Amino acid sequence: MKSERLKITENRQITADIYKMCLLGAEKPLPGNFLELTIPGCFLGRPFGVAGYADGITEIYYRVVGEGTMKMTGMKEGEEVDALTGLGNSFDTNGVKKPLIVSGGLGFAPLKFLAESFVEKGITPLFVAGFKSRSDIVEFLKESGFSPVITTDDGTAGFHGSAVDYIKEKVPEFDRYYACGPMPMLKGMAAAFKGGQLSLEARMGCGFGACMGCSIMTTAGAKRVCKEGPVFSSEEVIFGD
Amino acid sequence: MDNPVIPASGTFGFGYEFNNWFDISVLGSIALKGTTIEARYGNPLPRIAECPAGMINAIGLQNPGAVAVRDIELKKLAAVYPKKVIANVGGHSFGEYVETSAILSAAEEVFAIELNVSCPNVKGGGMAFGLDAGVLEELTAAVKEASSKPVIVKLSPNVTDITVLAKAAERGGADGLSLINTLVGMRIDLRTAKPIISVKRGGYSGPGVFPVAVNAVYNTREAVSLPIVGMGGIMNAENVIEMMYAGADCVMVGTLNLIDPCGSKKIIEDLPGVMERLGIDKLTDIVGRAHR
Ligand SMILES: Cc1cc2nc3c(=O)[nH]c(=O)nc-3n(C[C@H](O)[C@H](O)[C@H](O)COP(=O)(O)OP(=O)(O)OC[C@H]3O[C@@H](n4cnc5c(N)ncnc54)[C@H](O)[C@@H]3O)c2cc1C
Ligand SMILES: Cc1cc2nc3c(=O)[nH]c(=O)nc-3n(C[C@H](O)[C@H](O)[C@H](O)COP(=O)(O)O)c2cc1C
Ligand code: FES
Repeated sequence: MKSERLKITENRQITADIYKMCLLGAEKPLPGNFLELTIPGCFLGRPFGVAGYADGITEIYYRVVGEGTMKMTGMKEGEEVDALTGLGNSFDTNGVKKPLIVSGGLGFAPLKFLAESFVEKGITPLFVAGFKSRSDIVEFLKESGFSPVITTDDGTAGFHGSAVDYIKEKVPEFDRYYACGPMPMLKGMAAAFKGGQLSLEARMGCGFGACMGCSIMTTAGAKRVCKEGPVFSSEEVIFGD
Repeated sequence: MDNPVIPASGTFGFGYEFNNWFDISVLGSIALKGTTIEARYGNPLPRIAECPAGMINAIGLQNPGAVAVRDIELKKLAAVYPKKVIANVGGHSFGEYVETSAILSAAEEVFAIELNVSCPNVKGGGMAFGLDAGVLEELTAAVKEASSKPVIVKLSPNVTDITVLAKAAERGGADGLSLINTLVGMRIDLRTAKPIISVKRGGYSGPGVFPVAVNAVYNTREAVSLPIVGMGGIMNAENVIEMMYAGADCVMVGTLNLIDPCGSKKIIEDLPGVMERLGIDKLTDIVGRAHR
């Protein structure tokens, strides 16, 4: 956890509503960590999962959904932003030899960083990335030297169905899975498969454990998404409706 | 206290985690997260909604319960913070307030009880005790009786005239007052047309409430002679001075801690410079200066 001033080195539109931003100057995060960006004119920080890190540059992908992310699209290369970095816990990769990685939509962001850390260790994970439609696909792993299995809800590219549908149908072998995406998808994964790690989201007041604004219920009591999470075991999360 | 800046209840957890951000021993004291007799999960998510100059929260007093606070949280804090702290007590009934206050006031790390009768986020309790003068007087007296340490009553701004409640707390035997707690507020999601907060309403805090807080402290200073802890929207050292001019003997800083974990420390560092610029020698000289 650190408070740092970062310099924007890239801020580029990738699909109709998704942008990639690169920020120079943060200490090396762990896969699973997130950061909070201070957007001028917005009172609260905006949390984003770290999607990659190399040469001091942190990579994030963001979807334009509201005021803050809209303002982010107008930020220029060379501009500086304040950020709280290295927030949250990280994925547990200890002893994992056959990782399965499953994303829905922008959920690929923290998982991309995780996949790259596996590749660094000489392990090639199976990465199944689900998108709504062909035009929503982000080719996020191009540089990492291996390609994910793509699925689309409407069948316009890759496997026809969600990433979870794909796994239920193909039943690939794995010793641990990692998932990030919309709540219904995570709930579906947790119900179908044991032994997973889920990365969750919640509206946050602080992002570093002070306000209890993000607490979810788990089998071991209340836990903060920003502090004990965002990565939880698929067995501990108690899903609401 | 060696300086008048105290992180406000609910915005600083149980304190020790902030030691990762800065050396918390610079703080005058710390107000702990609101504590109830039993452990509470609090409200469903979402509990937070952003506002142009602040935020709305509806945490619902999530806490591990009075005994766990005494035996675990206070010990963890004592390991990194040598000074005495303020325990913040919430409840649903006279009995709960009294029992929790008795447990926490007995802890050696605690030097005062802050009675939260103004939390808008707990159904059928909390704020209800802070809106009726008769009830508040009785509750204050009951907690005073049970507590072995001074009792500070934390007042709600969600009333027509805060001085009526201030006087009631004084009659009940309060040793001090703290104000203000959050203002009841709501935000509605433009996309879904539904309130953002799961329980619809929450407490509004942050710089947007600062003028409301200054007015409340000013009016209360005129109405009672008890020591006053001023809070609500304090974002910088200038705000601290203004709050003390209005009549606060010391201040609490809340929401700022959430958007800048080092915010309270920065205020403490900035105070001497601001005092010098304004020709202030001692902070104790300026308490209530706006009334003279
Ligand atoms: C741990 C974590 C990791 C995330 N990673 C990513 C990521 O990699 N890419 C990405 O595009 N988005 C990510 N999000 C969601 C992202 O934080 C929100 O989309 C963003 O804050 C919306 O801001 P806004 O101002 O555009 O929207 P507004 O609706 O105008 O925001 C208003 C308030 O609500 C909050 N908010 C709104 N939607 C969300 C949401 N879905 N989750 C949390 N807070 C929200 C905002 O932070 C802000 O405080 C992540 C969220 C969390 C908690
Ligand atoms: C997230 C959050 C949680 C809070 N929890 C409590 C609490 O448990 N007990 C209490 O007395 N006040 C609580 N408060 C109110 C603050 O202590 C303070 O009175 C209020 O926020 C106004 O000050 P500020 O504008 O500086 O935040 C909480 C405020 C926030 C923002
Ligand atoms: S967002 Fe404040 S505790 Fe998680």
